[in-house]
Amino acid sequence: MLMYEWLQKDDELRADKAQTAGYPFGFMDDGAKKEIRRSILKAVAIPGYQAPYGSREMPIARGWGTGGIQITLSIVKPDDILKVIDQGCDGSVNAVNIKKFVAMVAGVTITTDTTAATIIQTRHRIPEERMTDQQILVLQVPYPEALREVEPSEIETRRMHAEADYSRMWLYLYEDIVNYGEITISYRYPVTVNGRYITDPSPIPRWDVPKLHMSETLFLFGAGREKRIYAIPPHTTVAPLEFEDHKFRTENFSGKACTRCGATDTYLDEVIDNAGVGRSYFCSDSGYCDKRRKTWNR
Amino acid sequence: MEPLIRIRNLSKRFGDGCIRCLESTGPQHDTNLCSCCGSVMACNNVSFDLFHNEALGVVGESGSGKSTLVRLLHFEWEASGGCVELHQSAWPCNLPGIFTGGSDYSCNLLGLSHFQKRQLRNALMGIVYQNPHIGLRMHVSSGGNIAERLLGAGWRHIGRMRHRSSELLEKTEIPVARMDEPPCNFSGGMQQRVQIAKALSNNPLILFLDEVTTGLDLSVQARALDLIRNLRSEFNLSMLVVSHDLGVINLLCQRTMVMKSGHVVESGLTDQILQDPQHRYTQLLVASQL
Repeated sequence: MLMYEWLQKDDELRADKAQTAGYPFGFMDDGAKKEIRRSILKAVAIPGYQAPYGSREMPIARGWGTGGIQITLSIVKPDDILKVIDQGCDGSVNAVNIKKFVAMVAGVTITTDTTAATIIQTRHRIPEERMTDQQILVLQVPYPEALREVEPSEIETRRMHAEADYSRMWLYLYEDIVNYGEITISYRYPVTVNGRYITDPSPIPRWDVPKLHMSETLFLFGAGREKRIYAIPPHTTVAPLEFEDHKFRTENFSGKACTRCGATDTYLDEVIDNAGVGRSYFCSDSGYCDKRRKTWNR
Repeated sequence: MEPLIRIRNLSKRFGDGCIRCLESTGPQHDTNLCSCCGSVMACNNVSFDLFHNEALGVVGESGSGKSTLVRLLHFEWEASGGCVELHQSAWPCNLPGIFTGGSDYSCNLLGLSHFQKRQLRNALMGIVYQNPHIGLRMHVSSGGNIAERLLGAGWRHIGRMRHRSSELLEKTEIPVARMDEPPCNFSGGMQQRVQIAKALSNNPLILFLDEVTTGLDLSVQARALDLIRNLRSEFNLSMLVVSHDLGVINLLCQRTMVMKSGHVVESGLTDQILQDPQHRYTQLLVASQL
């Protein structure tokens, strides 16, 4: 059964208005939504800057996507079409729960098709299909501070951002190259947004980092536990940190293809079978894989 | 010849301060602690000029404000008052100038934003501290320590940075093979030389030496001083040498200031001060030299 068909079976649940009686549209009260929208506006106005906001209690625990949920709930309209993914997958527990919750409190339609969605909330992936200026991508962020690796103090990292004092971050990369011959950061690869702030792109793989650069789409980043919102607006330069003689590079999947849909141009998950001998590869973006599989089987 | 840097009435007070701070501190009272409010006047109306390619010595006992002076000029601490002006010829070409029409000197550098101060420091200054633990990251490779300054000045090429680091380590007599070792593996003298290499990495115009030889044994001291002398003539540095050791000052500096309780009590040619000290405190200092 395809993911989409499986999710359709939950239609009855979405129609159940009784469960949401007493709550305003979108679960949060108007004041909360207003504050979060204001922080979003500030974040969009200063690309890459971490705008603080008062993170609300959500019906799931902090650290499970509450930052993303709060952004989604404060920008959602009844006619929006929502897609939620977790590591690229539409069917993981976290994604399904968030999807059901938003559908319940805002009455939106849900989908697994990237091109059909107007809002996509995601954990740690950007969809393979190119997104448009009619869509918004909401990313869940565990650690919004890109400099945390080199500086534990929040006061100090704020000062470093204010003065654009980034030599320690660069030193970290230098040491990486000296010790290992290359930069060993595999996800959460730091980027410079709009030539100013060094920003954490959330734990997306390197594969997805180039998609942030000069994109058509608005990217909103929400960290619920750390109470920060930041944004990469459309048509903004996003440059991964790199040296002139050690360029940034993405993961290399040459010679490998998705076992389900045959794709060779997507980010692949490696799956080792139970016997521990064979290994196969699958698209990490399940919605895209399903779509390709329909045509590939024919 | 016009001075490279003009320093006028530089002051630093720790504490709230009161109207009696100025009159109750200073060399005549033998203290920099205000008896009225308990504030410390670490530096009080210090004025001097630093010329191009000159080594200026600052001597004085512990607590006389020597190190505070260096920290203020290196923009590490905020001064309570005073004026620091830089000559136009020394202004780094990649920074936007801040000169009022007609004047050869910049505006008061102490009034710049933190960001501008940092840029200016990266472009112009180098510093060597008494304690290498302050100046170096002990668990980052020596090459990385030197590269940090270069990265701050906008270098983004690993090969070129490593080339520059090995050049400097060679000059400061550290085996280039140990470039990727952290300074915590090194002896005190070697750490001090790594610090000197780091301070020189961005071709500074002004080098601050804060008690560089204190704590080193005599033969290592002599080599470090030799090194500093050679580097000064090679790089055309202006140096501010802080020390409580008159021997070091005698060896390195043409001019010397004597500080006491936050004040400059005497200044002039080093020979003159050592041969014919005028102020009572300087006489004591010279007389107690072994």
